[in-house]
Parts: sequence; structure tokens; C-alpha cells
Amino acid sequence: MTDAAKPSTPKTALGRFLDSDLWWSFTHSPVVMLAALVTVVMILSAVFAPWVAPHDPFDLASLDLMDSLKPPAWMEGGDPRYWLGTDDQGRDIFSTILYGARISLLVGFLSVILAMLIGVTVGLIAGYFGGLTDAVLMRIADIQLTFPAILIALLVDGVMRGILPPGAHEQVALFVLVLAIALSHWVQYARTVRSSAMVERNREYVQAAQVIGLPAPLILVRHILPNVMGPVLVIATIQLALAIIIEATLSFLGVGVPPTSPSLGTLIRIGNDYLFSGEWWITVFPGLALIILVLAVNLLGDWLRDALNPKLR
Amino acid sequence: MKIRSLALLGAAAIAISAMSAQVQAKTFRYAFQADAQSLDPHGLNETFTLGFLGNVYEGLTGYDAQMNLIPLLATKWETVSPTVWRFHLRKGVKFHDGGTFDADDVIFTWKRATSTESGQKARASLISNIRKIDDYTVEIETAGPVPTLARELAWLYIMDKQWSEKHNATEAAKPASAGRENAWATTHENGTGPFRVVERQPDVKTVMERFEGYWGKPKTNVTKVIFTPISQAATRVAALLSGQIDLAYPVPVQDWNRLNAAPGVKALTGPEARTIFLGMDQARDELTNSSVKGKNPFKDIRVRKAFAHAIDLNAIKRAIMRGASWPSGLMWAPQVNGYNPKMNVPYKYDPALSKKLLAEAGYPDGFTVGMDCPNNRYVNDEKICQAVASMLAKVGIKVDLLAQPKSKYFAKVTASGGYNTPFYLLGWTPGSMDVHNVFVNLIACRDKERNRGKYNIGDYCNKRVDELTDLIAAETDPKKRQAYIDEGAAILKKEYGYIPLHQQPLSWGVREDVSVAQRADNVMDIRNVVVNR
Amino acid sequence: MLLFIARRLAQSVLVMLTVALIAFTLFQYVGDPINNMVDQDTSLAERERIRKQLGLDDPVHVQFWRFVQNAAHGEFGISYRLRKPVAELIAERFPATLELSMISAILALAIGIPMGIYTALNRERWPAKLFMTLSLVGVSLPTFLIGIFLILIFGVQLRWLPTFGRGEVVQLGWWSTGLLTASGLKSLIMPAITLAVFQMTLIVRLVRAEMLEVMRTDYIKFARARGLKERAINFGHALKNTLVPVITIIGLQVGSIIAFAIITESVFQWPGMGLLFVQAISEVDIPVMAAYLMLIALVFVIINLIVDILYVVIDPRLRVQS
Repeated sequence: MTDAAKPSTPKTALGRFLDSDLWWSFTHSPVVMLAALVTVVMILSAVFAPWVAPHDPFDLASLDLMDSLKPPAWMEGGDPRYWLGTDDQGRDIFSTILYGARISLLVGFLSVILAMLIGVTVGLIAGYFGGLTDAVLMRIADIQLTFPAILIALLVDGVMRGILPPGAHEQVALFVLVLAIALSHWVQYARTVRSSAMVERNREYVQAAQVIGLPAPLILVRHILPNVMGPVLVIATIQLALAIIIEATLSFLGVGVPPTSPSLGTLIRIGNDYLFSGEWWITVFPGLALIILVLAVNLLGDWLRDALNPKLR
Repeated sequence: MKIRSLALLGAAAIAISAMSAQVQAKTFRYAFQADAQSLDPHGLNETFTLGFLGNVYEGLTGYDAQMNLIPLLATKWETVSPTVWRFHLRKGVKFHDGGTFDADDVIFTWKRATSTESGQKARASLISNIRKIDDYTVEIETAGPVPTLARELAWLYIMDKQWSEKHNATEAAKPASAGRENAWATTHENGTGPFRVVERQPDVKTVMERFEGYWGKPKTNVTKVIFTPISQAATRVAALLSGQIDLAYPVPVQDWNRLNAAPGVKALTGPEARTIFLGMDQARDELTNSSVKGKNPFKDIRVRKAFAHAIDLNAIKRAIMRGASWPSGLMWAPQVNGYNPKMNVPYKYDPALSKKLLAEAGYPDGFTVGMDCPNNRYVNDEKICQAVASMLAKVGIKVDLLAQPKSKYFAKVTASGGYNTPFYLLGWTPGSMDVHNVFVNLIACRDKERNRGKYNIGDYCNKRVDELTDLIAAETDPKKRQAYIDEGAAILKKEYGYIPLHQQPLSWGVREDVSVAQRADNVMDIRNVVVNR
Repeated sequence: MLLFIARRLAQSVLVMLTVALIAFTLFQYVGDPINNMVDQDTSLAERERIRKQLGLDDPVHVQFWRFVQNAAHGEFGISYRLRKPVAELIAERFPATLELSMISAILALAIGIPMGIYTALNRERWPAKLFMTLSLVGVSLPTFLIGIFLILIFGVQLRWLPTFGRGEVVQLGWWSTGLLTASGLKSLIMPAITLAVFQMTLIVRLVRAEMLEVMRTDYIKFARARGLKERAINFGHALKNTLVPVITIIGLQVGSIIAFAIITESVFQWPGMGLLFVQAISEVDIPVMAAYLMLIALVFVIINLIVDILYVVIDPRLRVQS
């Protein structure tokens, strides 16, 4: 998110940042501050999961089926070692959430950034140049949109399996996911940016820039890009959530991360098997973690959009 | 279509009430995870499809609720010689269109089942000829002795010759040509069974009604059946709990408590004849996915032994299967002909021994190996694989688990994918319920020409066991045959060719005001359903 | 304009062909269809025979060409799994998906647009903040989880609504509709809500963002300076200008509704094309997969065409220079 903010943030020292409207609006909105706190805490605890988590659920040797399906510590039959309980494999739910969030966030951020890079570039070029370039790029986008993300993922997965050695499955799975999700989501950016760019390029200031002979890439990045960042941010925030959810769906189809090192989405999916059986904690806690994380990120995105929009000032 | 079937329904209802005032309309609604693939009884040889069609069509023989062989369209049979059987056919049997059943239909059915596209070819080709003695007596000849013939015939459903000729359905339809050639029977039926199909939308809904001209007096009081395939387990359970259906199967084992606690619903369980086991690639010189290069660790019996003793079957039973599995030391279940309880001793859980063996074999720090696993085929398959992975981790083996849906899984590990797996989980139910089927498919050396060892994915191969497979096939003396079977089982066990895990449970959910019989082959026979409401 | 449409149509044909080609490349990786068409006792030779008969042993480009030739004749083959012509299967399933998608789209628009406008115009009021928070929560829930929770509450606990299927349908010619029976309408409620939630949240946020954007333009400021009524500004000027990007996204949404319908349909066992497709993937039913993808491609191509034409109609500045 902060990457996207850069173009319009003044490239100066901390002092000027603290004076800025951005900082002002941040310190005057308790909801935003709370969201920022939650996001930072969750990202940090995910990044430092190996030091924060009481157990290492990815270390299979440490798991014991004797410990499986324990309810949260405060309930009858709970075990103080596992305060949010354990799942069917005897994994500590709390630790698994931390480790899972790590994978979900990684997949989410990487795929959103990749999709944004592809989409914004394509959209700017198509909208600015128009004509044949536009037609070709938009037809590619049409084709792209035709395929549900699930199918794109299967294709990417299949092709990668063909290219890469079979042993690398566990490591490759994550990047296959990133690529698959990014490839299926760049079009929304492209179409939105394109339609805005089409409007902008007919504006006087762009035409003026063209007249004084500024090169096209410069016009695109300096003049048109800031104007399209608003909608792009809206999409990006929503797609971060979407990426995590799609990851869960893909994991279900066997293209996701292996069940031995689950992401938050995979955890919810696994927990879904226990909705009727009474072991609600397997699905409820990862679900809550996911909702809180996405909610916090979205709140930040909302605030950023309002605060950063150059037209606000 | 809809209007017409409603009209038919109305007419049927009037007809029923006219005939007897006591008979009330009893509707039975049930759901399975998939639909029958076709209405053609000689289409796919698959348990659910055949079981489903068993309500509409009938064979010469059949199975009752306890899986005892019973006469259906034949009244009795005797063996004239080891290769000739005489069947006496039932008189007064009508097909659903009113046609009469006789010996010509039996001969026609056999010929149809041998046609190119038939899924029943393997079964039908056990028979070399059928002679008509009179309209209600036939003699069936087999190429060699087939002691199980009467059992096999329970799955060869009789079709009407006249009806098939009239609708150009005298051969089983090609899989890719339904709707064009010979395809009438894939979407229409004309059986002799107690129910007839009145409405069918594949994958969505099938409606059956009681056939008033049925020859028998089955236990059931059901007059109308609505079958809906529901693929998601959670949706299936929800539909049962909410009272929209009377029976759902399979239901997840972890939901049994919920079903039993809910009012008016219960879980119905029993052992299934399917054995779940682990296999290891013992053929390649280097595994397709392992940290060990230049050699295949599974060729060393100490490694296979170490794997076998690292797995705690009882822990899997308790935690993953909720107590509903039967840990096994054999590759076949107690229901299978040729089972000997004395031989059924699982490998003992002994991780210390496993570690020692791995060290002796030259892997004191273990190694990494890929594992393939389906995630929508067997009861809790993926969870079992995960548990196996963590048990193996404790003795130093790092498992790179790849759990996939069954189509991708089978495409990778079976013959079409070049048996591309170092270590895998598979389940097997012998179609004939005889141990020879297990030997020829899973245990005999792989041999494409002789159609053997087709599912021997790891290519476990022992000359003596290979010989025993033939001996078991031909031996008619039960005592001698059992000795061969036991010898094969002992060799397999000593050589750690496979690691049997358990037999999985049948798992149905049913409303309490409906009584059903859960057959060991997981077939839902509506003849045994009684609706008490 | 006519030239524009004709050119776009030509492009569309190219798009469809490319989709078909990609689809066929993809099918090599989804699994082995033969395994689902035979039983475990079928010999390897028999399997090979079926593979040959279905033309699955041909190279991809041969299979592709055969498909294109047949498709040009409106012939999409026979489902491997259901043994029924694919065209018939899709015709049977299409009404179910369309009814579900349309009802959810209407639901999403009817609630989403007013909520978006309201939150944009009354940013500081508490209902606006509540709506925004709700839309964020809605966006954070996986579709299948929403569906399962609805089933648990309204189907299993309260028993108000049916948990699966379409209920009783009425046949109007080849079209089967669930909109005319009580059980059909009841069955529609939960799937439609499940499918609408995500689209609705997206629309709320999008309308709000665009509306805010437009409200800040000089154009609106001038209108305000001219003393026009607030109402006239909001709905006459601001909303109209908001519509361009909103139409783009909503056009795209119709596509993603169909894509999301896949998940909703499998949770509720809704007998639509999405369910057909999901089951086709798991059983490697290539003819169904191919036809479904072509149909989706067609829908997208048409929607894109309409969106592009609407652009020109709504915003004359966007007249395509040819």
C-alpha cells in the first residue's frame, strides 16, 4: 500500500511528512490508527512467527495425533499449552494462524503488486495511445477475463510442473499461486486505468504537455498516473482480500499450498469440514483472523485513498 | 416434460388409489455425492451407477440386505459341469413397457454386454456361449471354470430384446456418441425392477415411481423416489438435517455425533470392504521426487520396514477416523472371499526400530521423499496422508505431500501417467469380492500384455507371488486355495511390499422415520426401504 | 458507428478462437478423462482404444481444429460424464445460472448504488460509516463461508429456507424458471444473497469513490456556484459523471458474477452451468469444459461490446477516432 502512495507523497524529510495532511488525517482518526496498529501487529507477528508462536506447526516431527482436536484452553478438556485449541493433526491453532497469515500475506501482497504493475502499465498504454495498441491490448484483456482464476491457476500450475523439477513442489506452489492470482486480476486495473486515461489524455494539461514535447512515458507517469491512482487503490485493497480468498479456493482444488504448511485460507477450508461436528474453533479463529486482517488493511486503504487524492487539496 | 410427468403422476396416483385404499403415497428422497453416469445398464461398470440401476433393472441373481446371493430373474440354477450352468428363468415377469421376459432376452443381454463399447465386457466375456433350452431355461457355458459366475450375473442386468431393437439400442453406446448412435438406452430405461424412471435430468434430479406390474413383493412401501446428487459434503449433511431429504451418503465421519444428537436423524455405519494402504516405488533406480540421488531407497527392505513401523494405525483410527476404521495387516478386507483372520496382523508401531533401521540402511538423518495423495476419493484421505507425513517426520523422513483431486491424482500415479510417484496412498475394493482380484491387480508383477499388476503402482514384484496368483485363479479346492493365498500374504508381509492401513467405514446419514438396509458394498437398494410416516 | 461495431465483431471472433486454443492447451493438464470413464478392471488396451476413439491421442492442434470445425456447426460433442449432448446440457442449465446471476446483480445494484451515493454524500454521518464498515466485512468473507453460514442458520437451525437446489421449476418452452413457484423463489433467496454480497460491497465502494471524485471537480463547483439546487447537482450532474467507470466495472462484474456463481452453485447444489463446470473439471469432462469456456467467452465479448458502445453514448469525448 505504501508503495502506491509514493507518487504523490512529497519526496522529502520526515519533518515535512509530519507536517503533511496525511499525518494530520491519520492522527485525527482513531479508527484508522486502530486499523494501522492491528495491521502492523499482524504483519509483524506473521513475519516473526518463528519467534512469536509457541509451537512450530510446520515442523511435522513435533506434531502428535494425541494432541489433536483439543478445544481452546478455557473450555472443558482444553490444554493450557494450546490456548486456541488444536486441529485434526494436533497443530496448535494459534501458532498455525500466525504461520498461515505469513503465507496468506505473502501471496496476497505479491500477487496484488504484480497484478497492479501489469494492469496499470497495460491500462496506461492502451488508454493513452488508443487505436491498434488499445485494440490489441484490450482483446488480450477480454481473453484473460474469460478464464476464471481457477482455470488460469491450473494452467500456470500445469506449465510450471512441466518446466520445474518434481521435487520443488512445496516451494513452487507459493509462486504458482502468486502468478496465477496476479494473471487473473490485472485486467480490472487495466480496464479502469484505461478508461480514466482515455478521459485524461483529452484534457488540456495533457495536450499542453504533448505540445511542449514531453516524451510519452513521462506524461503517462507524471500526469496521468496520479489521476488514476484513486480507483486503482480501491481495487488493490479489495483485491488483497480477494487474493487471500482465491488462494483458499485454489488450495481446495489442489493447486494451493500443501496442507502440511497451510495458509489462513487453507485453514478455513480445512475447518469447514468441522462446521457440523462441533470443533468450531478450527474454522472460527482462522476466519476471525482473516476478517480482522482484511478489514484493517481495507480501512487503511480507504483512508489512504481519501488522504492521498491530489484533488482533495 | 414437466407437465406431462405431472399428468402421469396424477394418473398413477388415481390408479393406485383405485386399486387399494390402504396404499398411501410414500415418497423417499435421497442424495449421493454424484449421479449415475447413464441409464444404460451396460455402460459404466461402477458401483454407484449399477447400484442405482439395480432399482430399475435386474439380473438373473441379486443380493439381499445381508449380501446373500438371492434369485431374481432366475428362480434356481445348477451346474451341469464345471463350465456349464443351467438357469431356470422366472415366469410372468414384465418389463416396464409391458413386454414379457424370456430366454431370448437373456441371450440378447449377453450379446449386448459383449459389444465394443460395453462397460460390462469383462463380466460378459466370462461366458463363451448361452444356449436356449426352452423359453424359460438357458444353459450358460464358460471358457474355463468360473466358480463365481452366479455372483457376477447379479451385476449383468437383463434388457428387453424387442425394446432395444425398436429403439436401435442393441449395442452399448460409444461414450462420445450418445444422442446419435445406440444412445436411446443412455437416457431411457425399460427394466423389470420395482421402480421405473419417470423424470430424469442428469446431475440434477431423478424421479422414480413404483412399477405396478412388478413380479415380486419387496419389503418396501415406497411409491415415489426422488434422487438428487449433492456433491458438497456440508450441503448434503445440511439437507438431511433440515429435513429436505431422508437419506444422504456418504456423510463425513466427524459429523456422526452431530447427526446422532440432532432430533429425527441418525448416522448409519458399518465396515466397507475397501482397504486403504500405502505403496512405495520399488522399480525405478532413482525415485522421481526424493533427496536421495543415484539410488532408490525403497529397494532396500530395511527402509520399507522402517516406514511400516513408523506409522501408528491406532492413532489414525482414533484421531482421523473417529474410531471408525479397522486397522489392517492385509491388503483385503474380512468381507473378501479368501480372507483369513489369522493372517491379519498389522505391522507394529515402533518408531525406535524405524530409526535404527534407517541408520543401518545408511540414512541416519533420514531423507526427503514426495508423496501423492487424493483429497476427494477416500474417507479423510488427505488427513490420513498428513498424519502419515508427521509420523514419518518423527523418524527423520521429510515428506513432500502433494494432495490433489482424484482426476489429477490418478492421472499422475496410474499407468496413463507412467506410474509417476515415489510414495502414495491408494484404496482398493476387489470388484468380484474375491482375493484373486487383489493379487492380479495390486500384487502380481506389472505386465501390460497379460493385463496384470495394473494398479501395482510401485511395481512390487516377487516370482513366487506371481506364480501363486495363477494358482489361486485356477484352484477349485478351497483348502488348497486358502493355503496359496496365505502363502502369498505371508511373503508380501515379510517383504514389506505394501503398508496396509485400514478398512474405512460406510457412512450414511438417515432420518429415523425411515428404515433402510446398509449393504456392505455401499449399494442403496430401495427394495429394503420402509417409510414410517 | 457501424464500422466500429463490425470491427469489434471481427476482433471478437479472434478472441473466441484464442480462447478455444488456450482452453485446449490447458486441458492437457487437468487430468486423465479415460480414468473416469472406465472401471478399475478395464484393461490398458481397452483404455487405449477409448482414448483413440475420442481422439485424445491426437496432438493438441489437431484436437483444437476438430473442435473449431464442429463448433462452427453448433456441435459441441457429448459429455463424457453424463453421456448427453453438451449443447442440450448447457441449454438445460443456462436458465438456472442466468436467473441466479440476474437476481443477484439486481440485488447488488439496487442496494449497492443507493448505498454508494448515500455514503458519498453523507460521509460523516454514522449510517454512512456503518455501511462502509459492513461493506468491508462483506468483502472479507469467503463466498463459500457465507453460503455455509446461511445454510446453517436459515436452513438447519431455523428451517425457513431450503438448503439446496432450485425447488419446483416451471417449464416455459425450453426455459425452466424457478421464479413462478413458491419453492423456487424460496430456494433462490440464499444463493442470490451469497452471490450478491461481494458484488454489492464492490459497487458501494466504487460508486462512493467515483462520486467523491466527481464532486470535487470544477464542473460541480461551478454548478454549485451557479446556485443550482444540491439535489440537482447530486443527481443531475454528479451521478451522471460517475457512471462511466461504474458502467465499466458493472459490465465486468456480470462476468465475475458468473465466475463466482461457480462457488455459490456448488455450495447450494444449484443446478446451473457453474456446477456443471466444476463437476466437469473434477471429472475431466473436456467437451463440457470447452463449451462452457466458449460460452463465457461469448458472454464477455458481448458485454464488452455493449460497454464500449455505452461509453460512446454517455461520454461523447470518447468517440473512437477511426
